[in-house]
Amino acid sequence: MSEALKELGAHIELKRPDCVLSYEIVRDELTMVVTPANFVSFVEFLKTDGTCKFSTLVDITAVDYPSREARFDVVYHFLSMYQNHRIRVKFSVREDDMVPSIVDVHPSANWFEREVFDMFGILFSGHPDLRRILTDYGFRGYPLRKDFPTTGYTEVRYDEEQKRVVYEPVSLVQDYRQFDFMSPWEGAEYILPGDEKTEAKG
Amino acid sequence: MDGNFNDAQTGEQKIRNFNINFGPQHPAAHGVLRMVLELDGEIVERADPHIGLLHRGTEKLMESRTYLQNLPYLDRLDYVAPMNQEHAWCLAIEKLTSTEVPRRASLIRVLYSEIGRILNHLLNVTTQAMDVGALTPPLWGFEAREELMEFYERACGARLHAAYFRPGGVHQDLPEKLIDDIEAWCDTFPNLLDDIDNLLTENRIFKQRNCDIGVITEEDILNWGYSGVMVRGSGLAWDLRRAQPYECYDEFDFQIPVGKNGDCYDRYLCRMQEMRESLSIMKQCVQKLRVEKGDVLARGKLTPPKRGDMKTSMEALIHHFKLYTEGFHVPAGEVYAAVEAPKGEFGVYMVSDGTNKPYRAKLRAPGFLHLQSMDYVAGGHQLADVAAIIGTMDIVFGEIDR
Repeated sequence: MSEALKELGAHIELKRPDCVLSYEIVRDELTMVVTPANFVSFVEFLKTDGTCKFSTLVDITAVDYPSREARFDVVYHFLSMYQNHRIRVKFSVREDDMVPSIVDVHPSANWFEREVFDMFGILFSGHPDLRRILTDYGFRGYPLRKDFPTTGYTEVRYDEEQKRVVYEPVSLVQDYRQFDFMSPWEGAEYILPGDEKTEAKG
Repeated sequence: MDGNFNDAQTGEQKIRNFNINFGPQHPAAHGVLRMVLELDGEIVERADPHIGLLHRGTEKLMESRTYLQNLPYLDRLDYVAPMNQEHAWCLAIEKLTSTEVPRRASLIRVLYSEIGRILNHLLNVTTQAMDVGALTPPLWGFEAREELMEFYERACGARLHAAYFRPGGVHQDLPEKLIDDIEAWCDTFPNLLDDIDNLLTENRIFKQRNCDIGVITEEDILNWGYSGVMVRGSGLAWDLRRAQPYECYDEFDFQIPVGKNGDCYDRYLCRMQEMRESLSIMKQCVQKLRVEKGDVLARGKLTPPKRGDMKTSMEALIHHFKLYTEGFHVPAGEVYAAVEAPKGEFGVYMVSDGTNKPYRAKLRAPGFLHLQSMDYVAGGHQLADVAAIIGTMDIVFGEIDR
């Protein structure tokens, strides 16, 4: 299995040296890091090349790493029903970068890209209809970013006097509980409030 | 109004297209689907599904809970066949931690995945019949579903939200009597299938409403990323259980039914036949379970210690406490695990940073892609066919909205 994937990775790297930065095979999965430039033609290549034949787009998603300069990883999964193999393609983008849309190659990318835009605020250039998809009409913010609180910012209720649904800032009757179960024996650093002052003195 | 009737003399009228809202409370929308349809008379010109009315932010919630606490969320995705989703989640964790599942647990998982498949197909086939006008099949089908959910209940205590598959195996062993009852059920269920067959397969109305409706070609399958019955109905024998075997599916003997024309009717036939194949897998499972005794959990970091050990061993007690508070840690890395859920390929893409919580979990639902192509498939069809197409796409909003 992984022998075939190794060959496949080498084949793609040989054919498209302009796109492929690196590839690795971990747990029988081929992961390829590429450049966002020329990405559309790269996906086209994956789809049409006889050895690859990645004809089905399985998934598009993103991962947020707020501490990084290029904070998002955009991750694509492709599947070939003909060659029976899978590939994961990813690249990192900055918050204000545009990602080329692959709707022209895979029409099924349409909703996936809308979802990534909705959840992370990553813009796709060339997308025909980049609207929010899962969140409420008129929703603000990008929920799956790490700096977005799990509780959100607004809550809704039906107001009996105004006879309509009203939006209000979220108010929790009880503090949001975020348990820290990390074991102190396994290297978690616990800094008690006030400790940093003694550090500064000494 | 639509027409401008001032021009009665020349008979010319100004015709414009009509926009209607299909749902969110339409019974044939199978949940909370709001679809804006542009109609030219009875013909659908454009369909714009608005989804997200059932969005609960599962993926966001998962980032602040441990791997084990996240497991029950998977039940709430496709609530028609809950255990199949859990399966993908467990497979992803097991892949990351390289855990070997005991054989008996593996067999139980296969058994319950197939029960889930029958649960799903029964609901789908019968409600599709309801969408096109038949009332009896759902009543019969739901009775059998109830019996199956009893098997769920006897295994894990819950009819729907099972939380039965755990990373490293299944929660508890099955009692002998339950295995006997499942086998007995496997012998009676074909009668019901035959009855539904008699009601629907050659039914004139059912055929008129389904034949040549929503025809899917091989090219459409690739363009729209279909999976599951949507692929098999068009003649491609693509089934993850066969193509990329997971668990112990490679040792079972089963057929993959395929359709010929790729229309709603062929997909109905595929589903009917798949239920029979599932029954045969279940029977094989029961036979194997009779022989295969042993533990149902890979004892180790991922799973709780045995009850008896906890009474005598301090380490086991500490382990139990730590497992259910802190949870287990998963090595850093990323993984994609997919199963052949009844609706198609259900996948979990998981990014772990080495802590006890997933850094990012993406749930790939088959229905999301199927519904996306609604504009393409329904375009040019009659308004009444939209209900049949929604039915055949097997849409459940729990998994689409997540």
